[in-house]
Amino acid sequence: MDDSGIGIWGVPLAIFSGAIRVSTPFIFVSLGETITERSGRINLGLEGTLVFGAMTAYAVAVMTGSPALGVLAAMAAGAVFGTIHGWICKWPKVNDIAIGIAMMQFGLGLAFFLGKSFIQPVAPKLPSIPLGGWASSPQVQAALNINVLFFIGAALAVFLWWAFKNTRVGLILRVVGDSTDAARAMGIHPDRIRLLATAVGGALAAIGGAYLSLYYPGSWNEGISSGQGLMAVALVIFARWNPIGCFLAALLFGGAGALGPALQSVGVTQGYYLFYAAPYVLTLAILIATSSPTRSLAGAPGALSLTK
Amino acid sequence: MTKLLSMNRRSFLQTSAAGLAAGTVPALFGSGAAAQTALTVGFIYVGPKDDYGYNQAHAEGAAVIKAMPGVTLVEEENVPETVDVQKTMESMINLDGATLLFPTSFGYFDPHMLAMAAKHPDIQFRHCGGLWQAGKNPMNTGSYFGYIGQGQYLNGIAAAYATKSKKIGFVAAKPIPQVVQNINSFLLGARSVDPAITCQVIFTGEWSLAVKEAEATNALIDQGADVITCHVDSPKVVVETAAGRGAFVCGYHANQSALAKDKYLTGAEWAWGNVYTNFIKSAQGGQKLGNFVRGGLKDGFVKMSPLGPAVSAEGRKKFDATLAEIMAGKFSVFKGPIKDNKGNVVVTAGTALPEDAIELESMGYLVEGVVGSTS
Repeated sequence: MDDSGIGIWGVPLAIFSGAIRVSTPFIFVSLGETITERSGRINLGLEGTLVFGAMTAYAVAVMTGSPALGVLAAMAAGAVFGTIHGWICKWPKVNDIAIGIAMMQFGLGLAFFLGKSFIQPVAPKLPSIPLGGWASSPQVQAALNINVLFFIGAALAVFLWWAFKNTRVGLILRVVGDSTDAARAMGIHPDRIRLLATAVGGALAAIGGAYLSLYYPGSWNEGISSGQGLMAVALVIFARWNPIGCFLAALLFGGAGALGPALQSVGVTQGYYLFYAAPYVLTLAILIATSSPTRSLAGAPGALSLTK
Repeated sequence: MTKLLSMNRRSFLQTSAAGLAAGTVPALFGSGAAAQTALTVGFIYVGPKDDYGYNQAHAEGAAVIKAMPGVTLVEEENVPETVDVQKTMESMINLDGATLLFPTSFGYFDPHMLAMAAKHPDIQFRHCGGLWQAGKNPMNTGSYFGYIGQGQYLNGIAAAYATKSKKIGFVAAKPIPQVVQNINSFLLGARSVDPAITCQVIFTGEWSLAVKEAEATNALIDQGADVITCHVDSPKVVVETAAGRGAFVCGYHANQSALAKDKYLTGAEWAWGNVYTNFIKSAQGGQKLGNFVRGGLKDGFVKMSPLGPAVSAEGRKKFDATLAEIMAGKFSVFKGPIKDNKGNVVVTAGTALPEDAIELESMGYLVEGVVGSTS
């Protein structure tokens, strides 16, 4: 028709750029949850932390004019949420899953309440790095405008993968996660470690929220997350508690999510509801393909209430 | 909530007392003598009321009537289109004493509002956008809507003068008749300037889905669309994403020029304040409320955002001329022959559907030149 569009090449480009644009919140939430779950605790409340982080980051960026301060404030708020979860869960006979669901509702409600007056104002956005200067096509240039947080997330995934295996902190975390008794025998306080792990997990999840409100889609409203925090928690199990697995799963999920709009834009318009289900169908298919009737989940921390 | 409750019990008593004083219950049907009858009016929104979009447009209208004497306004936002809205209506009626309800979202109509209307025959319900049918729907219900398709037609004219690629884009929520009519009007407006223009549409499947709306906008621009408009609940994400990528934007629902700056061409906005004022005046004056209230630009139901700096002098001329024709009431957006994008004739030659033609409210086809599908 004309030469300004890129036709069918738009689909792989959209999947590639969608994978980068959409995946960042998934990366941070799932990495945070990996740390928490490796310590033997589940925090299902990260959807609430994500949304509260999105609100805090946006509000602070609006008030101070600095998106970086917004991200820091979100991290602090996320750490507080994690600390509350960790502190409540240290009491005997408290179920971490139930507390997580309560914290999720609490985070969502508080974010909607406090965020009311920040729906209208426009906040300054986080900067992105234009890596597409070499390309002549504006579409490729736009796709290669990549946010700093994506690279931080990728580096963090590799670092965590290495740190779990090779550092003393990683070892302590894994011991606590695999056997509470063994940890106690070693003189480690499991509750203290779990509280810290949940706080760090909350802080990371809140960065994911800051990315949503300050970069992509870059706006605060009450429907900003639409369940991404919950999906990211599921991604951790899908990725078998492996940080690099989390990173790849997040990319896969982001790319699959971009499929629906991209196919419509090149004229494959029938059955778009079906394409929108692609990420979920893909998750199901991979989970079924990698499941086994003879062994339990590989890589699952032994003390996790999910696998007990 | 408790604060709301106690406050509204008081206002409920006031309403009842006023009704009794006028010798009629409910107050809505009071004699014409009580010119400023106390009236409690309930507004229900599907999203936040400051969303730069659909809900903000209604909330701005509600704010206009709040200032009218004798009117008590109760509002609730973020009410899903489920049985939840029935509970909200129930509590507005029983706890707040509302006698006139405006459930503003499309999905509230059937079955929720109809169920409540059957249960409370004394309460008046007016729904935004539903297709009220005499004989089929109860008389204490009704619907009101604006012919905003004319606004999208004018958006299309502004878009036609701005596009270089001859490709314009539309981010749509769900393929319901109002959305489909807007898409068609946008393209027909553009084609009235240049018949070579095509419009690519992407449906997101939901009224408010920020990430998907941003992805859809990016996908449209990647395919060469250089003017974007939308029909989603909150156009903020679409407008900011499109302007950020350097595309021109036509607004919808409310004025989004602050978000897109010089990339903003114009926009089709609601003017609900006028509509609600008329309803309240009728209710307070003891007149019957209309069951099927419709109007367009010329009736003050819809308005256009001021033209942005990117609209050329030539575009401005054509825009103003068409607007004048619409204001004179002589204009049809859908003039035959029109084919749908599968090649079937949907409006025969020689037929010109006026803005209030009832078949427009059940439109299910996309016209020739729209790239997309409703299923």
